[in-house]
Amino acid sequence: MLRYSTGKIVAILALTFLGFLYAAPNLFSKETRTAIAAATPSWLPEWILPHKAVVLGLDLQGGSHVLLEVDSNDLIRTQVATMRDDVRRILREQRVTPQGGITTTPRGVQFRVASDADREKVLPRLRELAQPIGNALLGQTGTQTMEVTTGDGGLVQLTLTEAGVRDRISRALGQAIEVLRKRVDQLGTTEPNIQRQGADRILVQVPGLQDPQRLKDLLGKTAKLQFRFVAEGGGSPGEVDMLPSKDNNGQPVPVEKRVIVEGEDLVDAQPGFDQRTSEPIVNFRFNVRGAQKFGQATSENVGRPLAIVLDNEVVSAPRIINPITGGSGQISGRFTVEQANDLALLLRAGALPAKLTVVEERTVGPGLGRDSIEAGKTATYVATVFVVLFMFITYGLFGLFANIALIVHVVFIFALMSLLSATLTLPGIAGIVLTIGTAVDSNVLIYERIREEAKAGRSIISAIDAGFNRAFATIFDSNSTMAIAALILFLLGSGPVRGFAVVFLLGILTTVITAVTMTRMMIALWYRIARPKQLPF
Amino acid sequence: MRLLRIVPDNTRFRFVRFRRFSFPFSALVSLATAILLLTAGLHFGIDFTGGTLIELQARNGQGNAAQVREIAHGFGVGEVEVQEFGSEGGVSLRVPVQPGGEQAQGAVVQKARAAFDKDYEFRRVETVGPRVSGELVQSGTLGVVLSILAVMAYLWFRFELQFAIGAIIGTMHDIVLTIGFFLITRIEFNMTSIAAILTIVGYSLNETVVVFDRTRELLRRYKSMPVEELLDLSVNSTLSRTAMTATTTALSLLALVLFGGDAIRDFAVVMLFGVIVCTYSAVFISSPSLIYLGVKASNRVAAEADQGAVKKPAARTGPAGAAP
Repeated sequence: MLRYSTGKIVAILALTFLGFLYAAPNLFSKETRTAIAAATPSWLPEWILPHKAVVLGLDLQGGSHVLLEVDSNDLIRTQVATMRDDVRRILREQRVTPQGGITTTPRGVQFRVASDADREKVLPRLRELAQPIGNALLGQTGTQTMEVTTGDGGLVQLTLTEAGVRDRISRALGQAIEVLRKRVDQLGTTEPNIQRQGADRILVQVPGLQDPQRLKDLLGKTAKLQFRFVAEGGGSPGEVDMLPSKDNNGQPVPVEKRVIVEGEDLVDAQPGFDQRTSEPIVNFRFNVRGAQKFGQATSENVGRPLAIVLDNEVVSAPRIINPITGGSGQISGRFTVEQANDLALLLRAGALPAKLTVVEERTVGPGLGRDSIEAGKTATYVATVFVVLFMFITYGLFGLFANIALIVHVVFIFALMSLLSATLTLPGIAGIVLTIGTAVDSNVLIYERIREEAKAGRSIISAIDAGFNRAFATIFDSNSTMAIAALILFLLGSGPVRGFAVVFLLGILTTVITAVTMTRMMIALWYRIARPKQLPF
Repeated sequence: MRLLRIVPDNTRFRFVRFRRFSFPFSALVSLATAILLLTAGLHFGIDFTGGTLIELQARNGQGNAAQVREIAHGFGVGEVEVQEFGSEGGVSLRVPVQPGGEQAQGAVVQKARAAFDKDYEFRRVETVGPRVSGELVQSGTLGVVLSILAVMAYLWFRFELQFAIGAIIGTMHDIVLTIGFFLITRIEFNMTSIAAILTIVGYSLNETVVVFDRTRELLRRYKSMPVEELLDLSVNSTLSRTAMTATTTALSLLALVLFGGDAIRDFAVVMLFGVIVCTYSAVFISSPSLIYLGVKASNRVAAEADQGAVKKPAARTGPAGAAP
C-alpha cells in the first residue's frame, strides 16, 4: 500500500494546487478581485482564474440585519374593510337596504335582506368580488379568495377563505420584498440581501451601514403611486411637471400636477389577458373612494392619456378609451406577458400591502467588525503556531508531515468556502481555530497506532500500513459523530451560528482528505527515498 | 532529537476502579447543577429573553458607565443593565423587552442614539422581539435534543446499543456540567452557547468513540479477559492519543481565549471547559459505564457461540459465531 502510483501523486498535488488557487482570491482586496474578473479574457473559463472570495458576514464587515414580519391581522382587517366597502357600494347600486346594516365578522362581513328578490339581485354581483387564487397567466387552482354563503332569515355572509388569506399573506410578502428591494437599492450600499423567511417574514441584510435607523425608516415608509393626466396642450409651468418616463424613449413627459387618484386607493392589480385581443393587460381595482374619483375623472376626459406615476417616474401613459366607473379597469399597452406581470406588481407595490414590523434587528458597527477580523486573524495564527510546534516536538518528521497537511486543510476550507460563496462569520473564525486543534486528531490517531504496531514487533513498513488501516475506522466514526452534530447546528442555526456550522462541517470533510490521504502520501514518499530503519518518533 | 511524550508508553492505570469516585462525584456535581439551575437559573442573553443590547465605545476612550446608567434610567424603559467591558471604554446596555409588542422595542434604540451618539460609537445594536426569542428557544432546545438522538442512532447502527447508551451517558454528563459552568461563571447563555454545547456534544462523542472503538476491537481479540481489565486496557492504549488531542484542541482554544477578542471569548472559554470535561468523562464515565450496561453479557454470548463453533465445526454449517 505504501507504493503510491505517479498518477495518484499527481492527482493529490493537483488537488492541493487547486485548493491554493481557489483560496488565493481571499488575499486580494475586493478591487483587485473585480479587476481580475474583468481582465480575464472571455475565452478563458472562469474556473481557471477564480476571483471569488469568502463573503464576510455582517458581524465582520459591519452592517444591519433586520427581520420584518408582515402583520397578517392588519392584512385581514384591510381586506375585510375593503370587502365591506364593496358590499356597501353594491347594495347601494342595487338599491337594497340591509336590515341592521352590514356587520363585520373576524374574517368577513354579513348582512340580512328579507326579500328573496333583493337577495337574488345582489348575490351575482357579490360573487363577482371573489377572485380565483393564483396567477391568471400561470394557471389557477380553482379556489376562490372568498365565499358567499346564505343562511336563514335572509342572512348573507361573505368570508375570506383560509386559502385566500394564506394566498394574500404570501402575495403581500412577495410585494413587500419587491418594494423593499427598490427602496434598499436607493441606499446605494453594495450587495443588500433581501429574502423571504418562513411564511410571513422578510430578512433584510445591508452591509456597511453606519446608521440602521435610516434603513428602518426606509423599510417602514409607503411608496407613492399617482394617477395624473398628461398635459397634452402644454399648460402653464405652474400646473405641469416634466417627469422622466420609462417608455417614450426616455424623454420627459409633461404631467399635470393635479393628482386624480393615489396609490393608497388602489386595492389590487393583477396581470391578465384582454378578452377580445388576447393581449396581456393589467387589471386593477380601486377602493370606493378611488373608484368614485377615478370614475368621474375618466368620464370627463375620454381620449386623454393618463399617466401612471411611480416615485415621480411615468411608468406608462395609456389613453382612456372608456369611462371607468366600476372601480376596476385595465391597462393595455402592447405588453409582453412579463411586462404585464411587472406592471401589475409595480402597481401593487405602490403601497406596502400591510404593516411591516421589525421583529429582530442586529447591527454591528464597521469598527467592531474590523476589530473582530483582526482578533480572529491573530487567534488563527497563534493557534497554528501552538499546534504546529506541539506536533513537531512530539512527532518530529511525522509531525512536520501532519503540519503540512494542517496548512493545506486550512487552505482547503477557504477554497471551499470561496467556491460556495459561503459566509464567514465571527463564530466561523472560531470554527477554523477549533478545527486547527481537531484536524491533527486524525494524524495523532494514525501515528499512535503506528507506534503501537511497531512496538508489537511489526516491521516499520507493516506498522505504518497497519496504523493507517486500523485507525481509519476510528477516524471515520469519530468524524461522523462530529459531523452529525455540526449538520444539525447548520440546519437549525441562523446567521453567525450557521457560519460556524459551515466551517466545522467543511473542516471535518477536508481533514479526512488532508490528514489521511495527504499525510499517507508524504510518508510513502519519505519511505521510498529515505529507506528508514526505524520510526522517527 | 529527543521528542516529547506527554504520556509515557505502556501505562497500566486502573481507570475503571476510579468509578467509585468519579460516579458519585459526577452525580453530585450534576445534582448541584440541577439545583442551581432551578434556583439561580441561567443568565439568558437577549436571544432567548428578547430585549435590546447596545454596545458603546467611548469616542475618547474613556467610558463612563455610571453616567450612561444615569441617563439610561431616565429613558423609562425598565431595569437597564449597564456594564463596562474591554479596555478601551466599552459600555454595554441591556434593556428588557418593552411592553407593547414588537414596535416598542425600536423606540429604545432611538432614545439611546439620541442620548449617546455624541460621546460614543455604536459598536453593536441587537434587538430581539418576544416572538423571535421564543422561536430561538425552541430551535435551540430542538437542536440539542435532535443531535443526541441522531448520534445515538448512528452509534447504535455502527456499534451496539450498550455502546450507544454509554456514549450518550457521557455526552449528557458533559452537557450538564457545561450548563453548570454557565451557572457558576454567569456567562451569558445565548445562541452561540447552543453552538458551543453542540460542538461539545460532537467532541465528547469523538472522545468516547475513539475509546469504544478500541474496546470493540479488544473484545474481539481477548474473548476471555475480564471486562474491567479490558476497559482499562482500552483506555490505556488510547491514552496518549486522548492526551495529545485534548492538548492540541486546548491550545487552539487558548489562542482564541487570549487573542480572539471580546465577542468570542465566552464561546472559547466554554469550549475549553468542555474539552476538559469531555476528556474526563470519556475515561472516567462513559468507559466504566459499559460494565453496568451489559457489554459483558452480549459479547460473552457471542464469544461462547464462537467457541462452540470451533469445537464442533462439522455440527453446524450456519453462520458461525455472532461476533460483531
